[in-house]
Amino acid sequence: MGRSTAPSGLGDAVGLSDEQLVGMYRQVALARAIDERMWVLNRAGRVPFVISGQGHEGALVGIMSAFRRGHDWIVPFYRSIAACLTFGMTPRDLLLAQFAKASDPSSGGRQMPGHYGSAAHNILSTSSPVATQILHAAGIALAAKLRGTDQVAVTFMGEGASNQGDVHEALNFAGIHHLPFVFVVENNGYAISVPASKELAVRDVAVRAAGYGMPGVIVDGADVLGCYPPAAEAVRRARAGEGSTFIEAKVTRLTAHSSDDQQTRYRSEAELTAERARDPLPRFRAQLRDAGVLDDALEAEIAAENLRQVDDATEHAEGEPDPTVDTALLYVYAEDRPPAAGA
Amino acid sequence: MATRTFIESIRETLAGEMRRDPATIVLGEDVGRKGGVFLATDGLYAEFGESRVIDTPLTESMIVGVSIGAAANGLRPIAEIQFADFIFPAFNQILSEAARMRYRSNNAFGCPITIRAPYGGGVHGALHHSQSVEAFFTHIPGLKVVVPSTPHDARGLLRSAIRDDDPVLFFEHKKLYRSVRGDVPDREYTIPLGSAAVARPGTQITVVAYGLMTHYALEAADTVDDEGISVEVIDLRSLRPLDRGTLLESVRKTGKCLIVYEDNRFGGYGAEVAAIVAEEAFDYLDGSITRLAGPDVPGVPYNHVLEDWFMVSPAKIADAIRTLAAY
Repeated sequence: MGRSTAPSGLGDAVGLSDEQLVGMYRQVALARAIDERMWVLNRAGRVPFVISGQGHEGALVGIMSAFRRGHDWIVPFYRSIAACLTFGMTPRDLLLAQFAKASDPSSGGRQMPGHYGSAAHNILSTSSPVATQILHAAGIALAAKLRGTDQVAVTFMGEGASNQGDVHEALNFAGIHHLPFVFVVENNGYAISVPASKELAVRDVAVRAAGYGMPGVIVDGADVLGCYPPAAEAVRRARAGEGSTFIEAKVTRLTAHSSDDQQTRYRSEAELTAERARDPLPRFRAQLRDAGVLDDALEAEIAAENLRQVDDATEHAEGEPDPTVDTALLYVYAEDRPPAAGA
Repeated sequence: MATRTFIESIRETLAGEMRRDPATIVLGEDVGRKGGVFLATDGLYAEFGESRVIDTPLTESMIVGVSIGAAANGLRPIAEIQFADFIFPAFNQILSEAARMRYRSNNAFGCPITIRAPYGGGVHGALHHSQSVEAFFTHIPGLKVVVPSTPHDARGLLRSAIRDDDPVLFFEHKKLYRSVRGDVPDREYTIPLGSAAVARPGTQITVVAYGLMTHYALEAADTVDDEGISVEVIDLRSLRPLDRGTLLESVRKTGKCLIVYEDNRFGGYGAEVAAIVAEEAFDYLDGSITRLAGPDVPGVPYNHVLEDWFMVSPAKIADAIRTLAAY
């Protein structure tokens, strides 16, 4: 089916224009292209480690499209490539983190790849112990409420991390104070190798929301458009002072946990093949094509542009200098300053 | 100049900082209507309201973790952990998050939070209301650790802690709250973090202490002074950063160093002080660097006989001074 000049009406029910839909598709596809490049670089021996968000991108773009970039806050985790893109981090920013270069905006090469952060984009630096970040998001939301900034804080984690005690403490506090906070669990069914049946006493993590006096919503993370309305409602509630929302997105993890994991040790070929059907990218592409929002020409243009950006980011990042050891003592404390130029 | 108890000084400092900077908030267990179990925050709720003086659930990790996030979005939280003994559920937030935020983000984000916690024994608090926990935190780059001993210093150091752009742990000895009074100037002064005080000048032995132990060391110094032993007492005040200059200058002058701390002896903060003195003042020493500290049992026992056995006392310090003086 070709692309029509008339509005498709596909996003009418949820308030998204065709232009916005194409923008969302670009982001899902770009996140995937960056992610795939990271694995290529790893397998080629050019970067030591990859942790990946393949399979999660659709839910993230669908959800994040409801937030205000440059205003609201993200506290990400290591599968948040797509979320960071929606808030303005660039492919160069993400590849600089992958190569751990001095100009990496997330950490200047100090953290492992995947630990994104950017003060310029209201994306808080994140760590590796899982679920700690939910309390930071609740704190950001508390500050937003007290300062009257109209901001909403959103954080993400897997269903594995969602079992940590910090989650209980954060949701309870957010519930008590009706904080402008959105909690997203990206349930991909595995905590590295442990299946959800051995991690969760319930099938749906979102049912736990009832214990915190907030709505718990389940969305199909393979359905990009379907993820948007609950997020938009969560953001509306947050800005209106009605409190927090717990969103569980059922996603699939298309790759191993990380480049140091081999998921065929604990997942069958049949399961992995079946999970491919839950990939949000081809599903979203088909949906947009069927509606006439996307055609061969536009799809090819987007693919070419994304590839150009990923190539540019790779070349740029690989060519950037490593951090030098004379900087390694800097920024333990605020008073640590680089030596004055020429000193 | 006014005379204040230790806790009055802290309370007034909190109120003053909250008046000065609308970004400050206080959060913790019972800090609101009750004013804290020790009444350190008494009156703040009435003056600043429930939005800036927040009674939290019994969730120490949340108290610190939410403070970290609130600081990232423009507030300057002052968290209270009800007893230092209960800080450990928040240890991961302090170690992995607060202390590392600036370094791991290459200075993109900071973590200007103050964590106040009452610590220390000799108050019939048994194993879980008596601990000295400073050594766990002084080990961590990215944190600052402060232990005042006087109402004057508590005010100047707490102001500096709250205004500091990095996470500061502020440990207050419970026994000092109402037992110590002192002059507190009305003027707006601060004491820089990382400056020790010569609490008593002397010539023959340096006794290094902080918190309650400073007072006990001063008592002991009075006792042995009558016996002709001149003791210089260094009150460290700030454990990290440490004022090496004042410490080493004193030890180089006296040639003898006794380090007194209430925590378990093994691996305690005094071990680091001993190592620094050994490395940097060895040539000046005229006697073994000596530690006097709590015994290596898992906590302070409750029964008064056992508690007295555990606690470092002025008499024990005086004995240790005599032994070292005779070396």
